[in-house]
Amino acid sequence: MGLEDLYREIILDHYRSPRNRGELESPPALRVEGYNPLCGDEIVVYLVVEDGVVADLKIGGQGCSISQSSASMMSAAVKGRTVAEARAVIRAFKGMMSIHEQRLDADGQPEPAGATGAGDGDAVQLGDLEALQGVVRFPVRIKCATLSWNTLQQGLDDAVAAGAGAGG
Amino acid sequence: MAGGTMTGLDVATIRKDFPILDRAQADGRPLVYLDSAASSQKPQAVLDAMDHYYETTHANVHRGVYTIAEQATRLMEEARDKVARFVGASSSREIVFAKNGTECLNLVAHSWGRANLRPGDAVLLSEIEHHANLVPWLILREQLGFELRYIPLGQDGHLDLADLDRLVDGVRLVGITAMSNVLGTLTPVRRIADAAHAAGAVVVVDGAQYAPHLVTDVTELGADFFAFTGHKLLGPTGVGVLWGREELLDAMPPFLGGGEMIRDVRLDGFTPNELPWKFEAGTPPIAETIGLGAAIDYLQGLGMEAVREHEVRLTAYAMRTLTARHGDDLRIFGPSEPAQRGGVVSFAYKDVHPHDISQVLDQAGVCVRAGHHCAKPLMRRLGVGATARASFYVYNDESDVDALADALDATSDLFC
Repeated sequence: MGLEDLYREIILDHYRSPRNRGELESPPALRVEGYNPLCGDEIVVYLVVEDGVVADLKIGGQGCSISQSSASMMSAAVKGRTVAEARAVIRAFKGMMSIHEQRLDADGQPEPAGATGAGDGDAVQLGDLEALQGVVRFPVRIKCATLSWNTLQQGLDDAVAAGAGAGG
Repeated sequence: MAGGTMTGLDVATIRKDFPILDRAQADGRPLVYLDSAASSQKPQAVLDAMDHYYETTHANVHRGVYTIAEQATRLMEEARDKVARFVGASSSREIVFAKNGTECLNLVAHSWGRANLRPGDAVLLSEIEHHANLVPWLILREQLGFELRYIPLGQDGHLDLADLDRLVDGVRLVGITAMSNVLGTLTPVRRIADAAHAAGAVVVVDGAQYAPHLVTDVTELGADFFAFTGHKLLGPTGVGVLWGREELLDAMPPFLGGGEMIRDVRLDGFTPNELPWKFEAGTPPIAETIGLGAAIDYLQGLGMEAVREHEVRLTAYAMRTLTARHGDDLRIFGPSEPAQRGGVVSFAYKDVHPHDISQVLDQAGVCVRAGHHCAKPLMRRLGVGATARASFYVYNDESDVDALADALDATSDLFC
């Protein structure tokens, strides 16, 4: 289990050159904070949902290479998508990150991404995000990878509750 | 057992006493253990003491009249006597066992605090406290409505005592760590305690990082309560120690209720047991307490002066070596003078997140802590989210520091 499984080149690329990094004026943007109590990492997701679409999204806060690259890839994956599509990506990603008993039985090998968790019957293509699959082999770091995703999920819930996600 | 000599600790011999250090990790990597501030490793003598107890003597304590029950009680109370001598207590009645240092501080907050603190009172802590000496007081403040004040962090990792007289004015209790688990700072406990006592306050000292590494004399420190934990002191997990001045403990109401802590129970009330059992509800961690006694025997075999001297020398070597090898890329937090700190070196390396540093170091078998070290207010004060931290004990030597310095190069190769 070498470090190259964890620190794939595309992860380091997103870490060194994060996408959608910054802030949005809030309001009108929703501002949602997420914390990893284990290590003190903090992430801020700025989110604009219009007509059921993630119209804009920025990532603030600070954290390790895994949490920062995961947030960067997430932003690229959901920006411009509908709320429903974004939720499907979240489900698929969290499915990839979860350690089910079956997987432990299968010697800890993660199932192929895209085959899991979409829930609506459509396999979701995770693309670059599959690079984060190796994180599952470093269980302590899973919370790093999922921090931004849980924060986005909270943001989408808030947006829908506020009515901005109509149609989503 | 390895002994202390005039020339310091014989680390090569000491390492042979620690089974976990005497072998490589399962995958062949060496184990370079630099996280003793989180939890120390255990010498064979501690493991043997606990095994021997379970194999020959186990029974519940303070109950049975048969032989092994009496022996178990005697072994546990002998361990209490060892702890009392170790911290300079005037009586074993002043030694209360709980499950860890955190529970000991909660005991003081919830027993002494509830009985003595009122709205309008003030409690003084410091900005560098571990959550264990912060959160119990924050919880209690929500319930009782007293004022919390903080001694600020000043220059070079030291507390700023310039306003101490004003800060202690009207304070009922002062809670202070004797040694920062992040900065390594040895705090001026005695000076703070003297000011607190002059103001009529009691002083509770968090000794979790102090007691394992320095000669502890609770009277010399000026403490009224002193809390620490066994597992950072070569002992097992599951046992913590609260020393308290007998007249204070005597006047305090019980904390947890149940068996062992009572003298009589009626349907309409109870009479608490005498000290120290008044504060030990339920079956105590018997084997762990015996293990802690064996750990104290081991440390005293080395000599606490020799332990301290070894750690000052190794900390100085670490600060010198890391700075020489990595220059401005590496920032060490806390006092610049090794004699003013314990064997804890927190650092930042370039812009690499501590999690990533720790992950890369692990590839070389180097174990350091990465995170906020349960001191989030201090992290905010330092302007960082987290630090990496190497910490030393009797089984570490220069080769461990060199392994850390080497492994940091790999961190640089990957992230910079």
